[in-house]
Amino acid sequence: MDVAVILAFVSGILAATWRMATPLIYASVGEVFAERSGVINLGLEGIMLVGAFNAYTAAFYSGSLWLGLLAALFTGVLLGLLFAFFTVTIKANQIVVGTAFNLAGSGISGFLFESIFLKSNYSSLGIPTFNDLSFPFLTKIPYLGDILFHYNILVYITVLLVPLASFVLYKTAFGLAVRSVGAHPKAADTMGISVSRMRYICVVIGSVLTALGGATLTLAFANQFVEDMTSGRGFIALAAVVFGGWTPWGATAASLLFGVFYALQLRVQAMNSVLLPYQFLQVLPYVATVLALISVRHRAGSPKALGVPYRS
Amino acid sequence: MNSPILRMENIVKTFPGVVANRGVNLEIRRGEIHALLGENGAGKTVLMSILYGLYVPDSGTIYLNGQPITIKSPKDAIAKRIGMVHQHFMLEPTLTVAENIILGQFPSWTILNKQRIGEVHEKIRSLSNQFGLGVDPAARVSRLSVGEQQRVEILKVLYHGADLLILDEPTAVLTPQEASRLLEFLRDLAKKGLTTIFITHKLDEVMQVSDRVTVLRDGQVIGTCETRETNPRALAKMMVGREVLMDLHRKLASPGEPVLAISNLRVRDARGLPVVKGVSFTVRAGEIVGVAGVSGNGQSELALAIAGLIDDVAFDRFQLEGKDVTRRDLRAASHRHSAHIPEDRQKMGMVLPFSVSENFILEEYSSPRFARHGFLRGQAIRSYSQNQVKKFDIKVSDVSEEIANLSGGNQQKVVVARELDRHPGFLLVNQPTRGIDIGATEFVHQQILAQRDGGTGILLISTDLEEIFALSDRILVIFEGEIIGELPSDRSQVEKVGLMMAGKRDPDRE
Repeated sequence: MDVAVILAFVSGILAATWRMATPLIYASVGEVFAERSGVINLGLEGIMLVGAFNAYTAAFYSGSLWLGLLAALFTGVLLGLLFAFFTVTIKANQIVVGTAFNLAGSGISGFLFESIFLKSNYSSLGIPTFNDLSFPFLTKIPYLGDILFHYNILVYITVLLVPLASFVLYKTAFGLAVRSVGAHPKAADTMGISVSRMRYICVVIGSVLTALGGATLTLAFANQFVEDMTSGRGFIALAAVVFGGWTPWGATAASLLFGVFYALQLRVQAMNSVLLPYQFLQVLPYVATVLALISVRHRAGSPKALGVPYRS
Repeated sequence: MNSPILRMENIVKTFPGVVANRGVNLEIRRGEIHALLGENGAGKTVLMSILYGLYVPDSGTIYLNGQPITIKSPKDAIAKRIGMVHQHFMLEPTLTVAENIILGQFPSWTILNKQRIGEVHEKIRSLSNQFGLGVDPAARVSRLSVGEQQRVEILKVLYHGADLLILDEPTAVLTPQEASRLLEFLRDLAKKGLTTIFITHKLDEVMQVSDRVTVLRDGQVIGTCETRETNPRALAKMMVGREVLMDLHRKLASPGEPVLAISNLRVRDARGLPVVKGVSFTVRAGEIVGVAGVSGNGQSELALAIAGLIDDVAFDRFQLEGKDVTRRDLRAASHRHSAHIPEDRQKMGMVLPFSVSENFILEEYSSPRFARHGFLRGQAIRSYSQNQVKKFDIKVSDVSEEIANLSGGNQQKVVVARELDRHPGFLLVNQPTRGIDIGATEFVHQQILAQRDGGTGILLISTDLEEIFALSDRILVIFEGEIIGELPSDRSQVEKVGLMMAGKRDPDRE
């Protein structure tokens, strides 16, 4: 193989990396907030799926992608409030509630999609998607243009989202309160911070961003909903939070790393010359996730009150 | 000066199954140091938590400066200039001193930029200088000693402008020197007009520092008196409800053969750092060897190592009842030759959801006394348990009751009864009376002494110096994982032991 081929192969992978990482970035940065406040939302997968479905449905009937996005946002708020009600107010086991969310999310979105869309005779189930933005000159730079300047708006929002999340978490009184509530809720309580309120807010932030991450799947990448289309991205986002050391930048870096494997897998599948069955390649991102988690098993930094309901 | 700053009237607070406060009346005068004395479980902390807004009382009224007020949350309390230093510090170790202090102070959207943080640091520094607390606002709390953390807690309260300060058992975690420095500091604060409520169960502290004292028992006020008009014996009687033996009568020890001989014992913690650094000592039959030290200096790991309950252990020699033990069979040998009263009774000493009788047979359940052909002998277990309950005066409705429902003192008696019944040659005792009432403490102490007189060699680990001096025949002082000295158990040595607990290897040479 000559250099040009290799270069094309690598840039092809990198060009898909950020796009593949985008839903993970949304969900994992959101989940950083939830977990830093002490709540582990194992239901990301379900929330992402319902977010994707509702965004698709709203966009399908209204014809507006922005209304689709708005629908995902509301979905996130509602599911976040519901999750917080169970885990913070009722103090139910967070793992159990999360699992229930995943099962229900998959079942409900699949059922509704089947009964609303598949059983009717729409001529097409496709919706328009967010177009790639084009930048004068920049998009045309060889390789770099492909890698950085040919995405849609939802991808570019992450450029703002991540620094903003980091700023909020580390440079505001709100962020200080979030971190204290997840690490030593009793101390926060004695200083007049409402542990429940903080956790509600953070779970909702996490849920909204996760639902938006789901919306990117239907509004930007595919042009319709498919049953269980998230295929584990919610869980990989959870892993990205851990691998990223519970920080927005870390979770983003981890998401991008997992994004590389998604992209690699897609790229290799597209090459006819490879003899491996494609299922082996599809496994790549998940194997990468497991290896990543094994590599950080001794790392400190998990919020000390993570997963523990607060009782004063 | 003598107008009441605070009056609590008829405070009632119940938790499921427990009445913590049954109609408590308390009056605090402006500028005084008021001791709130009572045994564990008497309701002192609950009463103060109500005042600080952590609990809402079922009924009762609080008057501050003559006005009835309601305090629904710590935020209300802080706004009304009430501050509390909790027994377990409310500091998050990964944050800095300043971050801990300003938690909850600013509205959510406040940006904590360099300038704002700088102002906060400046204010903390000037307060710290004003009161001579020596606190660095930029320091991370995890790097501070326990004494320094307590000063941060006090500073936190002063920072928020409190003029009523509540301290919950503030000396429990301090060395004797640190404790007396704290008490002096409280006197200084009182001179500056601060009112202090001081929760304690230590009589000498009450006598030393307070102006008045209120005694609580079983959630009720037994009485309030001027400190100078009372004495420790009278206070103890109010606190316990009967005459208390203030001093144990201890016969001279007659030590025999060594039952435990250790040389160069080393333990590493989970991160691989040494926590016990080459400890050597001997315990002989019929003597009590006390290990004194501030909590967290390797005592827990030392105890776990001797009981064979920790992995990363090494030693040159380990003998139990004259027999050499290797690293591999340490656990089995320790179980065979010794009994262990562990430091955390609820986590290590018992199975909380099990009944009292099940807890009695936790170790011997498979012996022929309690089991035949693999089946438990219900009747035998029951009558054995009833016997033990009677012998150790354990208050329980039936031996089938869950041990979780018992008071701390009665739970500890179950553990002690079970361990002593194994008639060990060597007994390892770690914090045997932490968090239990005076009556139970007295009983446990007597049992330990009786065991010694019966010829058992005992290693007593305790952070309570009173306990060490009351029971031990010899005292070892542990500091940062090393035994840095051995002294005779004599009250005249208290100050020396205190200095050694703070790390002074040779206090005489100063």
